[in-house]
Amino acid sequence: MEELIQKLKVQIIEQLNLEDMEPDDIDETDPLFGNGLGLDSIDALELIVLLEKEYGIKIENPKDGQKIFYSIKSMAEFIKSHQK
Amino acid sequence: MEQLTIKTYCHIKNNRICINGELAFEYPEASSMHDFLKKAFKHFKPGYAKFYKMDDISKLGFLASEVLLQDKPYLAYQPEDTGIVISNSQSTLLTDAEFQASIQDDTNFYPSPSVFVYTLPNIMIGEISIRHGFRGENAFYIFENFNANFIADYINQLFLSHKLKACIGGWVDQSSENYEAFIYWADNKKDAPLAIEHTAKEIERLYNLIR
Amino acid sequence: MSSPIVVTGIGIISSIGNNLKETTHALLHIQSGIKPVSILNTRHAADFVLGEVKKTQEELNQLAIADHTKPWTRTALLGLIAAREAMQDARLDLSDVYKTGIVSASTVGGMDRSELFYKDFIGEAQHKEFIDTHHAGDHTEKIAETLGINDYLTTISTACSSSLNSIMFGTRLLKNGVLDQVLVGGSDALSKFTLNGFNTLMILDKEHCRPFDESRRGLNLGEGAAYLVLEREEEAIKQGKQIYAYLSGYANANDAFHQTASSEEGDGPYLAMKLAIEKVGLNPEDIDYINVHGTGTDNNDLTEGIAMKRLFGDKLPPFSSTKAFTGHTLGAAGVIESVFSIIALQEQKLLPNINFKNVIPEINLIPVTQVKDAKLRHVLTNSFGFGGNDSSVVFSSHEATAS
Repeated sequence: MEELIQKLKVQIIEQLNLEDMEPDDIDETDPLFGNGLGLDSIDALELIVLLEKEYGIKIENPKDGQKIFYSIKSMAEFIKSHQK
Repeated sequence: MEQLTIKTYCHIKNNRICINGELAFEYPEASSMHDFLKKAFKHFKPGYAKFYKMDDISKLGFLASEVLLQDKPYLAYQPEDTGIVISNSQSTLLTDAEFQASIQDDTNFYPSPSVFVYTLPNIMIGEISIRHGFRGENAFYIFENFNANFIADYINQLFLSHKLKACIGGWVDQSSENYEAFIYWADNKKDAPLAIEHTAKEIERLYNLIR
Repeated sequence: MSSPIVVTGIGIISSIGNNLKETTHALLHIQSGIKPVSILNTRHAADFVLGEVKKTQEELNQLAIADHTKPWTRTALLGLIAAREAMQDARLDLSDVYKTGIVSASTVGGMDRSELFYKDFIGEAQHKEFIDTHHAGDHTEKIAETLGINDYLTTISTACSSSLNSIMFGTRLLKNGVLDQVLVGGSDALSKFTLNGFNTLMILDKEHCRPFDESRRGLNLGEGAAYLVLEREEEAIKQGKQIYAYLSGYANANDAFHQTASSEEGDGPYLAMKLAIEKVGLNPEDIDYINVHGTGTDNNDLTEGIAMKRLFGDKLPPFSSTKAFTGHTLGAAGVIESVFSIIALQEQKLLPNINFKNVIPEINLIPVTQVKDAKLRHVLTNSFGFGGNDSSVVFSSHEATAS
């Protein structure tokens, strides 16, 4: 799990062009949206692409993203439980 | 009668940024426009993380507007009285190509939503409007070359018909070989250290000032 | 200088008809053009329905009477068909007596050919001539050249509000005496590029779209082109021309909120509608019908509804989205729906918002669902685009405006 969380941090920084941000700057329980990392709806769509591309998990309804992408931790848990 | 005059202008080309014709930043060693813009943005430190998410041509226009508006001339105007009219020749050609490439390969088919969004040239205008809250008329036109007559007439007309009191005008273009941005701020304030007539002749002159 | 601006010619092609007559018939008989995919060659053909013009490149070429020795994109062919119809409809005199121009809009430009020949561009094989047709201005140049319009041409690209903006700009060219007659409109062909793009944004409905319905899931894409001929009223009367409608009000504003989403209170849409109505010197209650942007996405319909309630209060006029007829035709949507609004004025009928069943609870607004007789004097049409570019135009009947 710890490994996955670290990997996700790197991937998110890369995919969302979070310039000047290091993996250690992100707390895995911090909210990704709103006041946390300040991501927006387009970033959420990019995360959906990331899940499909890197983990082979497809999300059909963008509304499902709200819960899954709450934090790095919730994302990691979702990936763990959905990976074949 | 009220007059619209150019109060400040900015050029970005050949890895240099000039404000009112004077060099404000340069980075001759830049390996690409992308590299140059990142370096320049860090130099001016506007602290706006969203910059890094934009496509390159939006970055170019956005950075030019940040440099142009450092003294916040827009604070004297209502959001709906402030507009933006920008033009270029290539629309968003390179971003189009990037998105196109992502839907060509059947085995690696992951088109990016954010790349797609930036395939519209007026997104750059949207980014500048979001940054400063401008709500006035805004438009993006495509011409083969910079057309000072068009820009002058268009903005003068918006001004004379009381649609706008202040406006950003200019040209922000990028091809695979080159890039250039020339934008200016014009408003109806009377006393200012710099006030250049908002005519096609003057706009053309300013555009050609930096080679 | 102050002569009102009138519409003297109309040309249109979309999934519901190849000309004005067919389009009017389809609207009044509620025949939607949203169908399974049969023209666009895409991996998503089985996944979505589209508002395609059911004609191959060959067939469009014939209909357009284009110069076969030149490279024509689908966008340019659709544009030429509609522009020619509008020009003939207005009996445009292209002699030196009148200054004539064209202002056209497109968002994807020649993408339909570029993507087909993309691999050829990189290699050294054929189809290189299509590299120059990629940019948004190509279709305008081709149409102007073919029709012999040479005093003025320009291309606008502001996403989905593009062609309402070309109508606004053409109006100004007439008001300032730069031109005497102007073709205004836009064209956008369907492409894999846009289909995949909107798919990544997850705002495409796999079924027939349902604007302003609680169950809406997104938009259907469409394609088409339309043009209006605009002239000053005094000149149109002098030449004994038919007057379809008066272009009486227009405004553009920026929502300054997000690249793709409208602000929660619909600030940009509110401002565009308000300023357009004020421009005519009217009050909101003078508007008799609104052809709304109504794409069928969660965000658009909700925020457009909120903006309308803010502006019109409890005196909201009858309104409908016609996007369930044509799909969202992107850069052409503004002018296509302007034609629909003019048809409504001409026929004195409200146009239906098909597929509506249940209200969106947050706004509780019921659109027009049937073709209905109504006294229409002033109609408003909306087009809102990515980048927060929002436009509204008011068309008025002869009776309401004639000077």
